[in-house]
Amino acid sequence: MNQPPVHIENPKMKVKDLNFYYGGYQAIKGVSMDIEANKVTAFIGPSGCGKSTLLRTFNRLYELYPGQRAAGEILLDGENILDKKQDLTLLRAKVGMVFQKPTPFPMSIYDNIAFGVKLYEDLSRGEMDERVEWALSKAALWKEVKDKLNQSGHSLSGGQQQRLCIARGIAIKPEVLLLDEPCSALDPISTSRIEELVNELKVDYTVVIVTHNMQQAARVSDYTAYMYLGELIEFGATDNIFIKPLRKETEDYITGRFG
Amino acid sequence: MVQEHSSKQYDLDLEMLRTRVLEMGGLVEAQIGAAIKGLTANDPRALDLVIAEDHRVNAMEVSIDNDCSHLIARRQPAAGDLRMVMAVSKIVTDLERIGDEAAKIARIGKQEHTHSRLPRTPIAAVHHMGEIATGMLRKALDSLARLDPVSAASIVREDFAIDEEFRSIVRQLITFMMEDPRTISQALEILWVAKSVERIGDHSKNMAEQVIYVVKGTDVRHTSVEHLEREANG
Repeated sequence: MNQPPVHIENPKMKVKDLNFYYGGYQAIKGVSMDIEANKVTAFIGPSGCGKSTLLRTFNRLYELYPGQRAAGEILLDGENILDKKQDLTLLRAKVGMVFQKPTPFPMSIYDNIAFGVKLYEDLSRGEMDERVEWALSKAALWKEVKDKLNQSGHSLSGGQQQRLCIARGIAIKPEVLLLDEPCSALDPISTSRIEELVNELKVDYTVVIVTHNMQQAARVSDYTAYMYLGELIEFGATDNIFIKPLRKETEDYITGRFG
Repeated sequence: MVQEHSSKQYDLDLEMLRTRVLEMGGLVEAQIGAAIKGLTANDPRALDLVIAEDHRVNAMEVSIDNDCSHLIARRQPAAGDLRMVMAVSKIVTDLERIGDEAAKIARIGKQEHTHSRLPRTPIAAVHHMGEIATGMLRKALDSLARLDPVSAASIVREDFAIDEEFRSIVRQLITFMMEDPRTISQALEILWVAKSVERIGDHSKNMAEQVIYVVKGTDVRHTSVEHLEREANG
């Protein structure tokens, strides 16, 4: 790795020499980078470059699958989350995730939000109502659903479902929010709502987003990391990456000269 | 630039943009050449032609700028492509202004021709200055065609030479005006021409700065020559 250093003033997470293996296949090769607190960091790169894999190491989602393992260090506020002693439930309460396809639970809109909160906190009915309203408002969904909280989450449109998932993610008040291509199944209006939301969320959270859409990375992120074949090719301020990338590989990818 | 886009049409569009700027540059270069030649040779017909052709330069500015907007809207260019589109949009403005200066010189030339009281020396000096300016313009267009920041940077030094020539012409004209006040109106006209030529040097310099921006990604406007040369050569 010889990518030029980018100055991260206030890192929420520090990735140090991270390697990741799907069985015998190495999907991430010696990645080191810092994730700035209360900023949006985007991972871009062609399919199979390891960007989603990298995102999934941040809350150790890969633990669900046998044969997948990570080596190296990922520090969250100075603590190595890859440590065997790390409590996974606690980790995932701190590091929330939203997936490519909206995944509402088969229950009411209200319970979609309350379900996760109940795992971590013991709230009274009134406190829970407040929390649900707070999360739905944060996710810019409250006005649209406040009169039908008892309807199924599946009754919502795709864009609304995705905002419901974001509301569910923030309801447990995580510190980091991981978004894995959150808009790839959405129409342009829903997409711009989510992007708007990401911009508001960074006031309270550190956001990391994986996206196939380079314009989206340019629009929403403060920092951009370009990955290719499991390596971090270039990491820098988004303005620099999209106007004056330092590596030719990055330039070729973002100007569409790839492959 | 080097590698091709996965979209061939995008490459063609970008290439077309550059070709059209160079075409416009060629036209402007011809206009300036004809204006200065017409002025020194007292050829009102050549000067009329320069004035008549100016609308073509204007039309090209509008049309190329329009191409830039379309390319941005349809392709969302990034990095080097983005810098090229931004630079082209600025370069056509400079070229259009150079075209205006050519027309201005032609108009003054037509009046100057009717009542000649001045000796030929200041006109010869303006002619010489015009040659430097045209050379700068040609070099700026060349460095854009070849994406050569080093050649672009050398234009900035040449602009100093033009400024020096301009000051020397002003001194000369002041001397004539003091000696014989009847030369004042004609001397002032030559002064306008010299000023126009000096502006051409400035516009060429602006274009050269855009070439450095395209290739190096650094905005060198309003910086010292030393800084500009460092960026261009680095």
